[in-house]
Amino acid sequence: MSMNTVGRPTRPEGAAGPAGFASLTGGRGLLQDEPLIFELGGWDKTGVDLPEPEADASDLAGLVREDLPLPGLSEPEAVRHYVRLSQKNHAIDLALYPLGSCTMKHNPRLNEKAARLAGFADLHPLQPASTIQGALALMDRLAHWLKTLTGMPAVALSPKAGAHGELCGLLCIKAAHEAAGQGHRRKVLVPTSAHGTNPATAAFVGYAVTEIAQTDDGRVDLADLEAKLGPDVAAIMVTNPNTCGLFERDVLEIARLTHAAGAYFYCDGANFNAIVGRVRPGDLGVDAMHINLHKTFSTPHGGGGPGAGPVVLSEALAPFAPAPWVLSAADGFQLLEEPTGDAAQAFGRLCAFHGQMGMFVRAYAYMLSHGSDGLRQVAEDAVLNANYVKARLSDVMSPAFPDGPCMHEALFDDAWLEGTGVTTLDVAKAMIDEGFHPMTMYFPLVVHGAMLIEPTETESKAELDRFCETLRALAAAARQGQAERFKGAPFLAPLRRLDETLAARRPKLAWRPEPATVAPAPSAAE
Amino acid sequence: MRFTKDHEWVVLEGDTATIGITAYAAEQLGDVVFVETPEVGKTFQAGDAFAVVESVKAASDVYAPIAGEVVEANPELTEAPETVNASPESGGWFAKVRVADPAQYEGLMDRDAYEAFLATL
Repeated sequence: MSMNTVGRPTRPEGAAGPAGFASLTGGRGLLQDEPLIFELGGWDKTGVDLPEPEADASDLAGLVREDLPLPGLSEPEAVRHYVRLSQKNHAIDLALYPLGSCTMKHNPRLNEKAARLAGFADLHPLQPASTIQGALALMDRLAHWLKTLTGMPAVALSPKAGAHGELCGLLCIKAAHEAAGQGHRRKVLVPTSAHGTNPATAAFVGYAVTEIAQTDDGRVDLADLEAKLGPDVAAIMVTNPNTCGLFERDVLEIARLTHAAGAYFYCDGANFNAIVGRVRPGDLGVDAMHINLHKTFSTPHGGGGPGAGPVVLSEALAPFAPAPWVLSAADGFQLLEEPTGDAAQAFGRLCAFHGQMGMFVRAYAYMLSHGSDGLRQVAEDAVLNANYVKARLSDVMSPAFPDGPCMHEALFDDAWLEGTGVTTLDVAKAMIDEGFHPMTMYFPLVVHGAMLIEPTETESKAELDRFCETLRALAAAARQGQAERFKGAPFLAPLRRLDETLAARRPKLAWRPEPATVAPAPSAAE
Repeated sequence: MRFTKDHEWVVLEGDTATIGITAYAAEQLGDVVFVETPEVGKTFQAGDAFAVVESVKAASDVYAPIAGEVVEANPELTEAPETVNASPESGGWFAKVRVADPAQYEGLMDRDAYEAFLATL
């Protein structure tokens, strides 16, 4: 036999290293400390070789900047900077990401392949319609699916995220009231468990917000809703399933009461993933609902990419939908930019162009690859997974609403931590040490020390078991008095516990160069 | 000092009421990071939202416990919102209000009643 003579050890002898080992550079192996990008570059270098710009007459008068301290990094320096930063963070591509209300599901790579097709990715929004027929056809098909899945007759595609969609819906409602001589309606009713964006949107549009109480089983209090509805109410904003992970079982009555009072029913569609393919919001009496394409239809979000929040509209609100929209004519598709005639009631526009094309492509790819039966299975598996988590943790944690099943997320309060000295925040931080993104904490506000877990349909039973076993072990540690495991957590993260209070009170919103470290800008004469 | 179920406190001197949030409220909010005090000259009915307090956990409306016109807002809270945590029931006051109806004051809870109410939460 031939002998290995290069002296390469084949067993990891001594791999543990001496006690108290510290590297010579202060780095932690593959996890390097990383400064701000502004601290990496400087005036003395640049990553690209650009020709001198031609002298150009400027009409900026005396407003031309003489200095612009941007970092000058080479391409590998820039790439390494962002890859190192990404290694310090969590991502759905790393592990389970149970952030309740955010639907952090897997983003299939097929979506990415489709979105990178040159016919979609390399378009300019000002190209002639005749050169972008495929893109317009995709928008038209996406609109068809969104309308079909929701049972609604119209959709505005341009809103760029959930809250933007809420704004779109409320502006449609406002326009409809004004067109009907009902502009005096100044109030919007919002349940106490709502996402914070709901009252914020209503206030932004100029409405006064009134809270609707919640019943002991986590639903809208119908008696309170009825008492608060009146001739001054423009709309209600209800999330269904709601932020407690519960289906509003009185939703038909909510819609009936709302319409009887002359108000519109805005549904926050953030939790559509729980019902897609199973329930059509149009059948529930909804007048407007945004659909977070980035949640239900799996486009990257939460630091991974932009959102998209198309809004489906009822017959009553459809005439007020913002421009532009895709029209199908005998000679092809057109993008209607300036509505006239019957369509002239459009309240205006929400953005310069047509919305998030890249997200439209990804969402449509997701729809096509799942099909209608697959989308129904998405909702069923999302609900099944959440109920599995709830069932596996209910004996060691305290479910906020123990009676009956939940929808797509399992909500716990902090009663199970009583007497341990451990808080919800501490549990969240301890989960980081175990390699999981924390659940949503302290939301919804109606549940004390809330922990909101949304596993999504992405996770296998094996992964759900690993997650549940981890939480069960943490619960046991808390009960056994190991508060220090929680109080100091995270121990294994690149950064430990941050001073949230200081960050909120004295935020540093812009990087400023230290005077001594930045060389003066070279003058034009040099 | 009188109290509401929404955890505001009031002290009435003559026709001027000083209003703030209770130590219990400050404790529940956690570290306060921002306070929006009401504008001088604004009038409120009892129960109207009249200030906003934001902590690391949540933003909350503060309700006027008594009707009246704002005559002074606590300038310290703009620069040092942590005063609300350090001294909720004195230095962390939100505003002084010229009250419309002093009888409303008598309708509020005294400390014993408020503490009995807290015990039920």
